Order: sequence, then C-alpha cells, then structure tokens
Amino acid sequence: MTSSFKGPKASRRQFLAGAAAIGAGAATGARAQTPDPLITEVQEWAQGLGEGVDATPYGMPIRFETDVVRRNVPWLTADPISSINFTPIHALDGTITPQGCAFERHHSGAIELSKDDYRLMINGLVDRPLVFTYADLERFPREQHVYFCECAANTGMEWAGAQLNGAQFTHGMIHNMEYTGVPLRTLLNEAGIQTEGKWVYVEGADASSNGRSIPMDKALDDVLVAFKANGEALRKEHGYPVRLVVPGWEGNMWVKWLRRIEVTTQAVESREETSKYTDTLADGTSRKWTWVMDAKSVVTSPSPQSPITHGPGPLVITGLAWSGHGKIKRVDVSTDGGKTWQQARLASEAGDKALSRFYLDINWDGSEMLLQSRAMDETGYVQPTKAQLREVRGLNSVYHNNCIQTWHVKSNGEAENVEVS
Amino acid sequence: AYADAPFGLGRPALEEEIAAWDLDVSPDGTGLPVGSGDVFTGEEVFIENCAVCHGDFAEGRGNWPKLAGGDGSLADEDPLKTVGSYWPHLSTAWDYVNRSMPFGNAQSLTPDEVYGIVAYILYSNYLVEDDFVLSNENFTEIVLPNADGFIIDDREESEYAIWRAEPCMENCKDTVEITKRATVLDVTPDEEVTEEA
Repeated sequence: MTSSFKGPKASRRQFLAGAAAIGAGAATGARAQTPDPLITEVQEWAQGLGEGVDATPYGMPIRFETDVVRRNVPWLTADPISSINFTPIHALDGTITPQGCAFERHHSGAIELSKDDYRLMINGLVDRPLVFTYADLERFPREQHVYFCECAANTGMEWAGAQLNGAQFTHGMIHNMEYTGVPLRTLLNEAGIQTEGKWVYVEGADASSNGRSIPMDKALDDVLVAFKANGEALRKEHGYPVRLVVPGWEGNMWVKWLRRIEVTTQAVESREETSKYTDTLADGTSRKWTWVMDAKSVVTSPSPQSPITHGPGPLVITGLAWSGHGKIKRVDVSTDGGKTWQQARLASEAGDKALSRFYLDINWDGSEMLLQSRAMDETGYVQPTKAQLREVRGLNSVYHNNCIQTWHVKSNGEAENVEVS
Repeated sequence: AYADAPFGLGRPALEEEIAAWDLDVSPDGTGLPVGSGDVFTGEEVFIENCAVCHGDFAEGRGNWPKLAGGDGSLADEDPLKTVGSYWPHLSTAWDYVNRSMPFGNAQSLTPDEVYGIVAYILYSNYLVEDDFVLSNENFTEIVLPNADGFIIDDREESEYAIWRAEPCMENCKDTVEITKRATVLDVTPDEEVTEEA
C-alpha cells in the first residue's frame, strides 16, 4: 500500500450534488411552491418514440447506472491478471448478484474456453477413468440451487484497521447466484470411487490450475459441477463453460474452467492450500483447511458509497447476511456502535448457504450513528466483533475476516468506515 | 428411476491423456517424474525465466512474490512468508513451478529445469549448499523448516464453542469511541467519473 490516490473526489462531488437536492425539492411531504414542470410540461418520452425491440439483442443496464460496476484496487496485487475486483454491493438490493458486475478473482486471467474444446477428466482411484465432453455433462440429471461464493480474502484488508472506504471494497468479494449443474457425486459414481479414495483433487484448465483438495464427504454431499448461473451460461470470467460450486466454502475452492477431478488417498497440499489459504495465528503457527465461511453480514446502505441524501425522516437500513454453516436465523442492527441492538427483518425465507437480505426501517432524527449489523445462523453462531477475532487469531490471518463492520454516519448523511472500541 | 446407476456417459480416459493432465505431486513424492537438477544449472534457468519478477536471488522485485527470506518472522508484526520461511512441503514448490510458472508462459519447463529451479530456491533460502543436486531419488529427504507449522482448522473448539451464545441486546457497553478511520489512510480508489456519460 505504497501508493495513495489523490485524484478528484468524484464520490464526494456526487454526495454534495445529492445534498444540494435536499435543499431544492426534498422536504418530505411538503407542499410544492410552484408546479413541477416534469409534470406540467409534456416530456419528450411521453410524446416521441422509444427504441425498437431489435435495438438490443442482449442489453446492458441503462446509462444512469454506470456507477454500478466492478471496481478494482490496483495496489492490492502486483498486476491485474492474478488479482481481484469487487461487486458493487452498496448499490444492489435483493440477493441475486447480476453476473455482469459479480466479482472476479483470477490467478492467471479469465481464459476463453469453448464448449467444443472443453474436456473434463476423472481419474485416480476410480474403477473407470473417464473423459466427458460438455455435451455429456448436459445429459446427467441436474439440480438447481442458490449459493454465495465469498473469496476467503473478503474483508482481509481490514484486519489491521479500517482501510478501504466502501462496502464494495470491504465486503464485495462475493456473489450469489442460482446455479444449475450436475452433483459431483453423480460424476464420481459414474467413474466408480474405490474404497481408498478419501479426497478429490480438483483443478482448472487455466495456467494457474488453482488445484485444491476436497475431502470425499463434502464431494459426495452438495458440491455441484455447474454450467448455468442465474439462468444462462456462466460468464467467461466465472468459469465458462463449467465451474465447481462448493456451497458454504471459501471461494478459492470453486474451481473455474474445471478440467480434472482426481480421486486420491491424501490431500495434495497444493500451493493454494499451503502458501495461500492458510491462516497464520499470533504465535506463528497457521491453520490449514479452513474451508467454511463463517456467519457474516454488512450494512450495504447507508454506507460510504451510499450516503443518506434525503435528510431526516424515514430511512431504510439494509444489508446482506450469510453463513457457510447453513441458513441465517436472524440479523440484529445497532445504530449506536453496539450498545443496543434491535432485530432487523429478513426480506424472504433464508436460503441455505446463500445471501439473505435484511431491512430495518427507522425514523432518522438526523443525528450521528454508528451502524452495525450482527448475523446469527441456524447453528446459533453469532457473528463476532473484530476484537473477538483478533483475540483468538491475532492480526495476520489474512483470510476469513467475518467481523462486525461499523459505518460512522454523520449528521449530513455521509458515512465512513471506522473501527470502534 | 436411474438413481445411482452409471449412465454410460463419457468414454474411458487413455493413459496418454491422464499422463498429460495428471501432473500433481504430493508431499510423499507421488507424481514426481524421473530427473534431476543442480543449483548452478538452476540458477541459470532461474535468471533466464524467473528473475525478472522474483529477483536474481529469489528475493522478489517490486510487488512480486519473494521466494526466499523471512525465516523466523511468522510471529512478527509483518511476517514474510516464503518457500523457506513458510511452505511446509517441497513437493508444492516443484508442482507449482512445473504446472503454473513462469507467469504467462506456464508448462514451458522440462522436469530437469524444474528440479534445477527448486534446487536454486532451496539454495537461496540457505537450505542446501551450492553443489547440491536435487533429483526424484533424494527429493523426499528434504524437510522444509516450517513443515510442522500448520494445524488443521480448529475453529469448532477455539471459536464456535464460545460464540454460539445468546447475544447482548441492551446496555451492552457503556461507551463507544471511534478508534480507526479509513479516510485517514485515504487509499480507496476514486470513482472514475461516469456521471456525464
């Protein structure tokens, strides 16, 4: 983090523009002084014609939403190929992440692999080592599930303090999609697992290979070999045409461009499960095989990139909660930095190992707030504070930071990423 | 109706195909091909293929990974994790270099070149002498310094057992002070201005 960014503060300009709007027209429920020309004058869109149905075979969001995009943080990595970008969670609602702005993490770039060129091999301790084409995979019975994929390093930059100013950057290494695919179990049964087979080693077709070892229990449980996400083919950057979906487990194991599954007696202890994705504790020893992502939540609005621009009165506090251990049972929200809490409402029935949306509707009096959210999952696990995590792990775990996040909301509606005592 | 029956989909993988793709090497040496390489040859190959990012002595350049150094630093405020200071198994180094390095030109090295590079990385970490020759035969005799530095995920006992408790809802603390602010660091990228688009 040697470089800093001193360019024009666009976000602040936007904020001020929003604040100015308060003065102009806001005053909730107030009577208009003069007739609104957007109503009294016939607008162009009410008179002329819009675009024909042949204008856009596959559409992009309207131009007014161009800030709802993936962003990267150049100083985090040596280059943009083995790197990360962030989902604009501060601007989204509901739970399904639009694929076009769902975060990416590659180790040797997003490769282009056609369905025709695609091959999947199963080998190792199996009765019948097999090669599948893409067309073969579509002939197996399918399942469909919604799951979150969270990078193990999500919020990792925040271990030592409050660093990046926005939910997109602190919590945006995540997406949540509806997947269609074939259970890994089905493919393993097709090859016939031998009794000594205790692990599967999975790797991608890209140069990094991203090989990881998965214990057989998980492989036979809920792991999917997926080829559709949110109704359509996977995006190139998300593993087209086939990726692994490993519900509840760290995103690194969701191997993209999946090309080989090897049944083994032992873990391979590849680079991605020794050098990386191991979590160093204060005494210098490190945890390995920290696969599950624990219960976590974040308020997405208001937040630093999503300030309050409407002044006091009704305010929707909203955010996301998720747990790799199962369903979210409840989310509590504090506006005073954790002195008192009230239960938020979940927007819909919580999904298993999927994002849940929560809302808390308050009447904001315009005073400062220290906003926090605290998730509880169906195992009774309660999302910890950063102090609690540090007490067990120290400051150098890098991964698995699921601490409670605090936003300092000022009386002008602006919000900042802070830590509190 | 099909249940768990084989569907008869796919076709048998040929030996040549498995050999082409199954390259992984395990900590016990399973998967290593026959071959060898010494430190001096490894240095030449390293300078040619690796040093532009990883430095002439594997010490790293710019923001690129350091492969040597940092021994004894794992409990420090700012640990330096390298093959010598952190990695548990030499097999991982061989496997990863063979399969995924050099960055941008992976799978271009011969097995002997990989043995040489790995020997040179060991030498750069002061773990072997400069006349050392690494081969498939002596490979598993090398024990890296941090081989015993890892424990299997223990969150069940050390964390879940404590944090599965009914949380405080009222009067949870007397005072709350802001102790850190992201805007002090000011390292968040500015938004590219697209509002006029």
